[in-house]
Amino acid sequence: MLSVENLNVYYGAIHALHDISFHVNTGEIVTLIGANGAGKTSILQSISALIPRRSGAITFDGKDLSHIPAHRLISMGLTQVPEGRRVFATMTVMENLEMGAYTRRSRTETQQDLDMVFAHFPRLKERMKQYAGTLSGGEQQMLAMGRALMSHPKLLMMDEPSMGLSPILVQEIFSIIQEINKSGTTVLLVEQNAHMALSIANRAYVLETGKIIKEGDADALLSDDDVRRAYLGN
Amino acid sequence: MLFLNQLINGLHIGSIYALIALGYTMVYGIVKLINFAHGDIIMVGAYVSLLLITNSGLPYYLAIPITMVFCAVLGVLIERLAYKPLRSAPRISALITAIGVSMFLQNLAQLIFSATPKPYPSTVISTRSLSLGGLTVNLLTLVTLGVSIVLMFGLSAFVRFTKTGKAMRAVSEDMGASQLMGINVNNTISITFAIGSALAAIGAVLYCMAYPLVSPTMGSLPGLKAFIAAVFGGIGILPGAMIGGFVMGIAESLTKSYISSQMSDAVVYGILIIMLLVKPTGLLGKRASEKV
Repeated sequence: MLSVENLNVYYGAIHALHDISFHVNTGEIVTLIGANGAGKTSILQSISALIPRRSGAITFDGKDLSHIPAHRLISMGLTQVPEGRRVFATMTVMENLEMGAYTRRSRTETQQDLDMVFAHFPRLKERMKQYAGTLSGGEQQMLAMGRALMSHPKLLMMDEPSMGLSPILVQEIFSIIQEINKSGTTVLLVEQNAHMALSIANRAYVLETGKIIKEGDADALLSDDDVRRAYLGN
Repeated sequence: MLFLNQLINGLHIGSIYALIALGYTMVYGIVKLINFAHGDIIMVGAYVSLLLITNSGLPYYLAIPITMVFCAVLGVLIERLAYKPLRSAPRISALITAIGVSMFLQNLAQLIFSATPKPYPSTVISTRSLSLGGLTVNLLTLVTLGVSIVLMFGLSAFVRFTKTGKAMRAVSEDMGASQLMGINVNNTISITFAIGSALAAIGAVLYCMAYPLVSPTMGSLPGLKAFIAAVFGGIGILPGAMIGGFVMGIAESLTKSYISSQMSDAVVYGILIIMLLVKPTGLLGKRASEKV
C-alpha cells in the first residue's frame, strides 16, 4: 500500500534521513521504532509532504507522491496523526472532528464515520461541545485519532501516540489502534515505546540516526538481543 | 444632549474603524503579520469608488460592490506577490515588506491621481438627517452603523459556522495540522485577505462619505487608528477589533467636544498605551498558554 524507496531528507546541511526504504502492506500494522532523534518523525513528515525531500520515491496506493501537495493526500486516503496531537485547541471537539472530515463530500458517510469514532471513543461524544484545549492529554490523543479517522483513511500514520500518557492510557490507546486495524485500516505506527509498538505490530523497522538498521517480524524483533538491549531495557 | 450626540458621532466613526480593524486582526490571526498596507487599501477603495461614481456615473449600489471586488483582488495579489514568498522567513522581513507595499501604493496613487486631494461626491444620505425626540441624527450615521453592524454579525457567523470559516480558524491555529486535514492553506489565506480588503473597501466608502476628501495618503490615519483598535481589543480576535473600533471612535469624538480637537489623537494613543501597560494582550486577548 505504501512504499518508500531511498528517501533522503536534509535539514540545511544536516543529512537527517539516509536512503530510507520500507513498505507497508494492506491490512498490516507496521511500526518504526528508534530512539529520540533517530528520524522517525522526519519520515512521517516527509511522507505527508510537510518537509521537502531531497531524493527518493514514495508511492501510495499505486500513485507516485512526488508532486502532490500536503493538503491533497488526505483525500487519497493517507492521513497522519501528528506528534504532540496538534488538536485545534480553540475549537470544540465536534469542530475538530469536522475538520478531519474537511475533504469529505458525502454527508451520510461522514455521519457513519462520526458514529464509528464515537463508538471507539465514547469520551469524545460526552465532550462534544467542549474546547479541545480543555481536554486531558489522553482525551486529546483520542481526539487527534478520531479527527484522523473522520477522513476514512486507507492508511493511518501515527506519530508517538503514547507520548506523555500514563501506562493505563497507553494500553487503552494501543488496544484502540488494534481495533481500528481490525476494522480494515492499515496502520503505520512510529513509537519510542518499542515494547508496546512491537506487541501489536506485524512487522517493524528499527531506526538509528537516520538509517534503518534492522527489519523483521515484530515478534522476532521482540526477542532480538540487540533490540532488547537497546530499546527494551533488558 | 451634547453628550448623546457626541456618543452617536463616536459610534459612527468607530464603526468604520471597526470594519477596517477586522482586516488587520483577521490577517494577523492567520499569518501573524501586521499588514501595514491595509490602510492604503482604504485609499485605493476611495479612488476606485470615486472614479466609478463621478467618471463612470455608476450608482452607489453598483459602485460599492465593484470597489469591494477590486480591493479584494488587490489584497489577494499583495499577499501572493509580496507576503507569500516570505512566509517562512523571519517575521520582521514580511513586516518591512508590508511597509514597502504601503509606500508603493501611496506613490502609485500619487503618480496616477496627483497629490492634490479630490472631493468625494455628496449623496442624499450624507445630507439628510432625522430627529428622534430632540436628538438630531444624520442619516449617514444610521446607515454607517447599520451597514457595519450587519457586516460584523455576518463575518462572525461566517467564521463561526461555515466550513471555510472553520478552516480559517484551523489554519490560524496550526498550519501544519490544517494541511494534514486537507485544508488548502494558500487558498484559505487568500480568502482571509480578500474578506479583509473587501471590508476595508466598504470602510473606505463610508469614511469618504463622512470626510469627503480623497488623497494618496488618506489611508494612513484611519489605518493607524484601526490598527490601534485591533491591538486594543486583542489582535487576532474578531470581537476585540469590533469593540476596539467603537472605543477608539467614542474616545476620539468625546475628546474633540470636551477637551480639544487637537488632543483627540493623543487620547486615542494614550488609551492604547494604558491598555498595553495593564493588559499587553489587549482587552479580549488571552495569555498564550498551551496544554502539553
